[in-house]
Amino acid sequence: MATLIKNQYYEAELFRQRSFVALAVAFILLALLSLGYFKLQVIMFDDYQQMANSNRVKLKPTMPARGVIYDRNGVLLADNVSAYRMELIPEQVKNIDQTLLQLGEIIALSKDDLNRFRRAKDNSRKFLPIAVKLRLSEDEVARFAVNRFRFPGVEVTPYLTRRYIYGDLFAHVIGYVARLDEQDLKALGDERYSVLSHTGKTGIERAYEEQLRGTIGYEEVETNARGRSLGVLKRHVSLAGTDLRLSIDLDLQKATVEAFGEFTGSAVAVDPKTGEILAMVSLPSFDTNFFINGISTNDYVALSTDPSQPLFNRNVRGGTPPGSTIKPFVALAGLESGLRKPEDKVFSSGEFFLPGQRRGYRDAHKGGHGWVDLYSSIAESVNTYYYKLALDLGIKRFDYYMRRYGFGRPTGIDLVGEASGILPSPEWKQKNLKQPWFTGETVIAGIGQGYWVVTPLQLVQATASLANGGHRIPLRIVKQTHTGIEQPWISLVQPKSTSFGATKAQLDAVKKGMIDTMHSRRGTGYAIGLNSPYLIAGKTGTVQKISRKGNISLDPKKLPLHLRHQALFIGYAPADDPKIAVIVVVEHGGYGSSSAGPIARKMMDAYLLPKPVLDAELAIKQEQDKALQP
Amino acid sequence: MINALLRLQNITQRFFSRVDLPLLLALLFIMMVSLLVQFSAGGSSLQPVLAQAARFVLGIVVLVLLANTSPANLRVWAPWVYGVTLALMPLVFIFGSGRSANLWLNLGVFYIQPGEFLKLSVPMMMAWYLNKQRLPPSWSTLLVSAIIVGVPFILIAKQPDFGTGVLVVAAGAFSLFLAGLQWRRILVFVALGAAAIPIAYQFLMQYQKDRINVFLNPESAPQGAGWNIIQSKIAIGSGGFWGKGWGKSTQASLDFLPEHSTDFAFSVFSEEWGWFGVALIFLVYFFIIARSLWMAMNSKDTFSRLLAGSMALTFFIYILVNGGMVAGFLPVVGVPMPLISYGGTSAVSLLAGFGLIMSAYSHRKYLSDN
Repeated sequence: MATLIKNQYYEAELFRQRSFVALAVAFILLALLSLGYFKLQVIMFDDYQQMANSNRVKLKPTMPARGVIYDRNGVLLADNVSAYRMELIPEQVKNIDQTLLQLGEIIALSKDDLNRFRRAKDNSRKFLPIAVKLRLSEDEVARFAVNRFRFPGVEVTPYLTRRYIYGDLFAHVIGYVARLDEQDLKALGDERYSVLSHTGKTGIERAYEEQLRGTIGYEEVETNARGRSLGVLKRHVSLAGTDLRLSIDLDLQKATVEAFGEFTGSAVAVDPKTGEILAMVSLPSFDTNFFINGISTNDYVALSTDPSQPLFNRNVRGGTPPGSTIKPFVALAGLESGLRKPEDKVFSSGEFFLPGQRRGYRDAHKGGHGWVDLYSSIAESVNTYYYKLALDLGIKRFDYYMRRYGFGRPTGIDLVGEASGILPSPEWKQKNLKQPWFTGETVIAGIGQGYWVVTPLQLVQATASLANGGHRIPLRIVKQTHTGIEQPWISLVQPKSTSFGATKAQLDAVKKGMIDTMHSRRGTGYAIGLNSPYLIAGKTGTVQKISRKGNISLDPKKLPLHLRHQALFIGYAPADDPKIAVIVVVEHGGYGSSSAGPIARKMMDAYLLPKPVLDAELAIKQEQDKALQP
Repeated sequence: MINALLRLQNITQRFFSRVDLPLLLALLFIMMVSLLVQFSAGGSSLQPVLAQAARFVLGIVVLVLLANTSPANLRVWAPWVYGVTLALMPLVFIFGSGRSANLWLNLGVFYIQPGEFLKLSVPMMMAWYLNKQRLPPSWSTLLVSAIIVGVPFILIAKQPDFGTGVLVVAAGAFSLFLAGLQWRRILVFVALGAAAIPIAYQFLMQYQKDRINVFLNPESAPQGAGWNIIQSKIAIGSGGFWGKGWGKSTQASLDFLPEHSTDFAFSVFSEEWGWFGVALIFLVYFFIIARSLWMAMNSKDTFSRLLAGSMALTFFIYILVNGGMVAGFLPVVGVPMPLISYGGTSAVSLLAGFGLIMSAYSHRKYLSDN
C-alpha cells in the first residue's frame, strides 16, 4: 500500500469535473421530470380531473315502482308486492361454490337457481350484487338473518315483485313479467337498466313495457375504491310507472272461462262501438305468477310440451278457417258488389257442381235447402248459396271485399306479435305453395274453408263492424292510463276507425239473416237464442280439422276428441243496439251450434243482464280479500 | 448546576458544529412535507405522523452522530461494516418476513431491512477500496469493484427487492464515475448494458416482467397490475397547478390509490399541492443534491469525496425513479420518494447517509491527507 503513489490534486480535480457533469445531468433530468408533471397536471388536467371525479362519483340507479293494472271497473288485476331476494357480491366472497353449498343448507336452492346465478355471474361485474334467489319465504329470511355472520358478501334485500291477483285468468291478456336477462339488457342498451329486476315478456306487460316501467332515477353517490358508498351527492328521483286501466271486465272474463268448462279454445268480446276488448280468453291457461321470479325447468317443460298448448295465445297468434262464420261477410260482399239482392233466390239441391267437374260441393242437409234467399242462406247456413256467390264474385273481387272487412291483415290490437291470418288468393298460393289457383278453391273459400286462416281477433273485429254500421274499428285492451295515484285517468287516443262503405240497408239485410239464425225455427242457432230477453244476431260455424278434401258432412261427434271439428260462433247483441260482439272458438267442440254458441250466449247474458248489484260487489270484495292474503 | 448546563450546551454546540445547517434545513423542509403527506394519506390520523416523526428524530440523532464521526474512523470501519451488513443478508432468507418479498428481519422490538444498510455500506466499501487504488480505475480495479457491488446486488435481487438492488448498483457506479472512470469505458459499459437488456429480461421474475409490460401499456390491465399506475396518474393529474389542497386528496382518502403512504406517497403530495408543490419540492431536492456534491468536492480526501458524492447522486436516483414511476414515466420499481414515503429503515438510512456527507465536509480541516 505504501508504494502506491496517488496524485491527490489530480483526483480532486477529476472529482470536481465529474461532479459538475453529474449535477448538470441531474438538473436536466429533474427539469424533464417536472416537465412531465407539468404535462399531467396542467396540460392534461381536465382529463385527469374528470377521471378522478368519475372514479369517485358513481351513478346508482333507483328502481321505479311498476305501474299497476286495473280492469274497466277499477278492480286491481296486477300489482307490486314487496319481497326479499338474496344477493351475493362476488368480489366479497372468497369461495363462491362453498358459500352456495352452505347457503343451500339454510334456504332451498334449486338447480335452476344455481344455473341462473352462474350465468349472471359470468355476465356481471365483480362488485355488483347478483341475485341468488328471488322471493325468499319468511322462514328463509329469518333463518338467514340468524346465520348472516357466516356469509360475508351475501345479503338479503327487499324489492318489489309483481303479483297477478287472478293467476291464470289473464294469462293471455296481461301476460307476465319475468327476470330481466342479459339479452333484455342488451336490447335496452343501457347498463342502468340492470337495476330493473323484471321486464314485461308477453301480453300487455310487454306491449306497454315502457309506460309500465316508469323512469329510472339515479343517485350520484360518492364511493371508495371498494365500491362502498360514502354519501349521496345528488338525487334524481325515479318516476313510478304508468298505471293502466284495461277495458276488460273482470266479471265477463270470469263468466267466459266458466262457460268453457272443460273445453279448450278461445273467446273474445268487444264493445262494437268503441273497439274495447271486454273479455279475452285463451284456454287452457296457466298461472302467470310462476314466471315472475323464474319458473322451474320442470314446470316450464310441462307447460311447453302440453299438447293442449297452454302457453299459446290463441286469439293473437292462433288461427282457424272461419268456416260458415264467413258467410255473413260473403253475403255483404254480394250485396255491396251488386251481384245479389237480399231477396234473390238460389236453389240448393244438396250438392253443387262446377261445370265439367264430377266432384260435388255439398250442403249440410243431404237433400238440400230448396230455394233460399240471403236471409235463409245465413240462417240455415246454406253452402250452395255461397259456392255460387263466391264463383260469381270471382276470387279477385272476393278478396277485395274480404280484405276491406279486415281479413288477411292484423287488427292493430295493442299487443305484440299479432298474426295476420291467411286470405286465400292466387297470389298467396303462388307465393307460398308455388301452384296455380283452381276455380274449386274459389268455391270453398265462399264457405270459409280451404286456405283460409283467420284469427279470432279478426273475426270479432269484423263482427263488430257488422254491429256498428260498417266501421272497421281498431281493437284496444288498455282504456285509460294515469301516472301517479292522485292524477286523473286519461283516456288513450283511439285510432281512427274506417268505414267499409256498406249501406245501412245492406248491413240490415245481413243483420236480419243473423237474427234469423238465432231466433227463427230453422236457424242453426235457434237453440242458443231460445228464451233470450234480447235479440241476438249470430252465426255458427264448424271447421273440420282432419281433411279439407274428405266428406264435409262427416259427423263430428263420432270422431275422437282431438280430431273433432272446431266449433265457431260469432254474434252481437242486443241486435238493435249492439253492446257486445263476441267470437267463440271451441277446439274439438263438434258443431258450432252445440258448443261454441252456448258459451257465447252465457257471455252475452253475463254482460247484458242486470246482475244483483250488491252480491256482485260483495263478491269482488271477497275475491280481493282472498287474493291479498298470503 | 449552571456549570453542568453550560457544559451540556457546550457539548451540543460542539456536536452541531459538525452539522451543515443549509443542508439540514432543506432536509427538515422535506421531512415536514412528509409529515403533512402522511397525515392526509393516513386518513387524517396522527398515528402514522407520529411514527414517522419518531423515525426522523432517530434519523437526525444518527445523522448528528455520524457527522461527528471522523472520516478516518469511517474509513477504517468500512470493510467491517460492509462485511457485517453483507452477512446479515442470508439471514433474511431464513428468518425473513414481509408481504410480497422477505425484506425484513424481526429483531423482537422492531424490524430492520438489512438491504437498507447495504445502501450505506456498499458506497463506504467502494470509497474505501477506490481510495487505495490509482485513479482513474484500472480494469482490475473495475473487476474488484464489480464484485464489491455484485455480491450484495445478487443477494438483494434474490429477496427479491429490485428497487434496493438498483440503488446499490447506482451507488457503486457513481463511485466509479466520480473516481474518474474513463469516458470511453463508460461508453462501452453503457453499450454493453443496452445490449444486455433483452438477455436480462429473460432472468427477470414474472412480477417484474408484468411490471414492465404494464408500464409499457397500463390500460392492458386496468383492474390488475395497471391499476396502481392509472390511479396514480389520475391522482397527480387531477391535482392541477395549485393542487386540491392539504387533506383533500380524493384518490388516497377513497382508497383508489394503493400504497399511498409508501411508494405512492408522492402522488398524494402531487394531488394535494399541484404542480406548484412538485416544482418546489424538486427545487429543494436539487438544492440538497447540489449542496451535498459541493460538500463532497470540498472534502479533502478521496474516501470522503467518493463516499459523499456517491451518496448524493444515489439520493438523486431515488427521486428520479420514484418520481418517474408514480407518474408512469418509468416502470414500477420499489423505490420510495426519499424522506417523503413512509418507512423507518429508509428514513434512518437516508439521514445516516447525509450524516456521512456532513462528516466528510466538516472534518475537511483536520484531514488534509489520508
